[in-house]
Amino acid sequence: MPETLTKFIFGRLTLESLPLHEPIVVGTFIVVALGGLAVLGAITYFKLWGYLWREWFTSVDHKKIGIMYMALGLVMLLRGFSDAIMMRLQQAIAFNGSEGYLNAHHYDQIFTAHGVIMIFFVAMPFVTGLMNFVMPLQIGARDVSFPFLNNFSFWMTVGGAILVMASLFVGEFARTGWLAYPPLSGINYSPDVGVDYYIWALQVAGVGTTLSGINLICTIIKMRAPGMTMMRMPIFTWTSLCTNVLIVASFPVLTAVLTLLALDRYVGTNFFTNDFGGNPMMYVNLIWIWGHPEVYILILPLFGVFSEVTSTFSGKRLFGYTSMVYATVVITILSYLVWLHHFFTMGSGASVNSFFGITTMIISIPTGAKIFNWLFTMYRGRIRFELPMMWTVAFMLTFVVGGMTGVLLAVPPADFVLHNSLFLIAHFHNVIIGGVLFGLFAGIAYWWPKAFGFKLDPFWGKVSFWCWVVGFWFAFMPLYILGLMGVTRRMRVFDDPSLQIWFVIAAFGAVLIACGIAAFLVQIFVSIRKRAELADLTGDPWHGRTLEWSTSSPPPAYNFAFTPIIRDNDAWWAMKKAGYRRPLSGFKPIHMPRNTGTGVILAAFSVALGFGLIWYIWWLAALSFVCLIATAIGHTFNYHRDFDIPAAEVAQTEEARTTLLAAQG
Amino acid sequence: MQRSGALLLFPLAVLLSGCDFVVLAPAGDVAAQQRDLLVVSTMLMLLIIVPVMALTVFFAWRYRQSNAKAAYTPDWDHSTKLELVIWAAPLLIVICLGALTWLGTHLLDPYRRIDRIEPGQLVTQNHKPLRVEVVALDWKWLFIYPDYGIASVNELAAPVNQPIDFRITSSTVMNSFYIPALAGQIYAMPGMETKLHAVINRPGTYTGFSANYSGAGFSGMRFAFHGLSDQAFAEWVAQSRSARDTLSRDNYLELERPSENEPVRHYASVDPDLYGAILNLCVERGKMCMNEMMSIDARGGLGLAGVRNTLPLQYDKLARRGAVFGNDPSYVASICTAEEAAAASRAASDADVKYWPVRDLSPLRGAGLLGPGTGSRRADAETPSLGLLRFEL
Repeated sequence: MPETLTKFIFGRLTLESLPLHEPIVVGTFIVVALGGLAVLGAITYFKLWGYLWREWFTSVDHKKIGIMYMALGLVMLLRGFSDAIMMRLQQAIAFNGSEGYLNAHHYDQIFTAHGVIMIFFVAMPFVTGLMNFVMPLQIGARDVSFPFLNNFSFWMTVGGAILVMASLFVGEFARTGWLAYPPLSGINYSPDVGVDYYIWALQVAGVGTTLSGINLICTIIKMRAPGMTMMRMPIFTWTSLCTNVLIVASFPVLTAVLTLLALDRYVGTNFFTNDFGGNPMMYVNLIWIWGHPEVYILILPLFGVFSEVTSTFSGKRLFGYTSMVYATVVITILSYLVWLHHFFTMGSGASVNSFFGITTMIISIPTGAKIFNWLFTMYRGRIRFELPMMWTVAFMLTFVVGGMTGVLLAVPPADFVLHNSLFLIAHFHNVIIGGVLFGLFAGIAYWWPKAFGFKLDPFWGKVSFWCWVVGFWFAFMPLYILGLMGVTRRMRVFDDPSLQIWFVIAAFGAVLIACGIAAFLVQIFVSIRKRAELADLTGDPWHGRTLEWSTSSPPPAYNFAFTPIIRDNDAWWAMKKAGYRRPLSGFKPIHMPRNTGTGVILAAFSVALGFGLIWYIWWLAALSFVCLIATAIGHTFNYHRDFDIPAAEVAQTEEARTTLLAAQG
Repeated sequence: MQRSGALLLFPLAVLLSGCDFVVLAPAGDVAAQQRDLLVVSTMLMLLIIVPVMALTVFFAWRYRQSNAKAAYTPDWDHSTKLELVIWAAPLLIVICLGALTWLGTHLLDPYRRIDRIEPGQLVTQNHKPLRVEVVALDWKWLFIYPDYGIASVNELAAPVNQPIDFRITSSTVMNSFYIPALAGQIYAMPGMETKLHAVINRPGTYTGFSANYSGAGFSGMRFAFHGLSDQAFAEWVAQSRSARDTLSRDNYLELERPSENEPVRHYASVDPDLYGAILNLCVERGKMCMNEMMSIDARGGLGLAGVRNTLPLQYDKLARRGAVFGNDPSYVASICTAEEAAAASRAASDADVKYWPVRDLSPLRGAGLLGPGTGSRRADAETPSLGLLRFEL
């Protein structure tokens, strides 16, 4: 009887589920627990809980949500990178009969977690955060279309991240690779909780991503300032629009395919099993129909960042605005026609393979056009090599190499010899680090003064820049070489000692990247210490061209006291040239959405639901599901959703800015 | 400056010279053609990549803020001519590359029988292909030689300059069968068969492995591939035939259990129906084969009788497992004996092999390639005309 009771209460969660036998995990847990306690203690000591809850956690302000997304991305970057450096170390030492320091059970979780975390919980939050913060400011809006939904989306993403982090200390993560191909991820070959953590973490986070996509599309379509026609939108807004269209069209496919996998695992259906008419290749098709658009979801907004940065720091209009817009749209459409290039080697036949190979090559045409447009924006400009521009030039030089190897992999016969090799690994890190990450650092350095009112410290920024760029080349060029030597991915031990030197070089590169991340953290710390010295009171530190630079830094809660009127696609540049004067009187009350804690509560129930399902704790799953639905319904009866900022308060805020600007001269 | 540059490159050159770039210097004709395509594509793309990189550096330096001499046109943002060039240049490269891709993909389709042994030497009637059935197991490779009735684990051998005809499947999860020196890879998937046609041209010992992660023992799924002279191959076969073990269904079920870093093993004889049974997921006796089930379904199915025709699964490959809310694991019971089913599947696969060497190769289309059955594409024709893949490097 007690056994049945324990099983009822705890499902399959037992004391043995805690990885106490893994000294590395226990050590990590102790460090994380101590660090976590220190942070929580500090928050309590400085009595910050109320402030955090009122001003941040429950905030529906798109700027604060954007910043919280960035913070989440940064925290998860540290986790994802720890996984990366552990893999590099394992592969650098596991030669000559040495097993390295990680057993298969641990190592296989690490490479799976690294991929999942970097894509879903680092790149996605960073990209979404950037879009959330910048886009409404660029179109002259006061918030997004559905402010509460925005807060809810963010907390769902956090919920997914919490489930992934929980798998480190309670149970285990999937040992399947980041896309969890069946039959390996089916109940027969992965009976433990790893794949269930994977499924429910992605499902919870996926709800957030999909809703945020709908929200941002709606914002761009409906909330642009008067005069901003589609062809006057800043390029970053255009790329955000295309990215969110991709999100809304592709994430439901991921949700569906993971649901089918969950049904296979929980109720014994046979969608993806070997036997009983199941078809694992169907999973591979479906997951890549989401997966290929996903890489464009990540890169498109950063293409927007590079466009803004190049134009601003070259002091020049963007070359070929129209072709830039069409290139983005063409990439958006084509990204749905290439998914099969991820598995040419599954025997699809020559005609199908050539079709998908050639469509993949066609994507390189608009991408190439974009590179040329940036190039001719620099042409006859006056280029200021501030940090964002340095990242952009590094991106252009790095990304073209990744693009070239990508097209190479699109040639099916070449893919037959390079598929799943370290050449492939080098290729996609080349475009994701060289494109997405470099772009994020450019974007962070560019918009930081807008978010916080002071610039980032340039010295530590340059240290971080050089460590990252040099580290990247050291870490991934050896992988290209290893790929040409026929070395495949996800290997734990090696028997050919001549390969070792290349893995050692790659590990050295990873250490340099670690220095780059450390320097970035130091940069933030130093900049906060020196914020008075680095302060920007004008709101326009870079001689910007788009609307976000017309308001103060940081912007007031309402963004713009008066909705601006747009006459050019470089709106703020045109306003400055036309001798724009800030209105100093005639302020009216501003209607704004009210903060709510519902998003946090819904996400908390979702995490509990996921945890219950993962561990077969059915009472917890049922209870949290009921609570989830009840809270959602309850929230519809909340009629206190808005308030007005009184005209006097707006006048006061604007008056303070006038004083500051006057002090500048 | 130049000198120090050369000095900097020196350690790299030393490092690179010590490496075995098997993908760039393979020993089989198929892999060599794939390598050619890889190199030509890279060259084509460098035509545009190198100028772009050079221009980036040049513009970044030339138009730096401190260079007051350079022109500055802050409002110049459009030039139709330039836009035409920047869209047309990549387009032209992609057109060339696309044509190359279409032809290369069809000519090097792993399912298509090879039509040459090496450049200038076509496959003739005298080239009898070596048939090999490959099974990816947890975590080792099983190779069955149906023509010789022998089998081996984690060791593969083939005579040089003789076409090899691989049939590939897997017992549990997905793997990828890859011998870089021989030919590109192809997935090994349970319940499905993939094919690969290749030839090894230089004798030697090469490495083969799984190129798709398949679980805990994945790193150890490596095997030696021996390219042997005809005589050495005959000796290898004779040596296998004198091995003590034989591979019956029961022995296979034993072998199939997960194990890591398996040593090389040889089997003197093999149950002739084993591969078909593995492919159709019916090695266990009494279980209905997939092809049997499919042919019943194709004729309208068994109706309700088919739903009830299941047996509880006593032995699963790893342990008895199932979904938490699902039925207990079961399988569809056979309605004829395993032998009858296997014989039927063998007859079907034999019919498939009769057409070697192929005179009319797969129906290729495209400029530079003649349609099936016309003139010089015949395998025994005098002039070697193998389409566009003739750039030898």
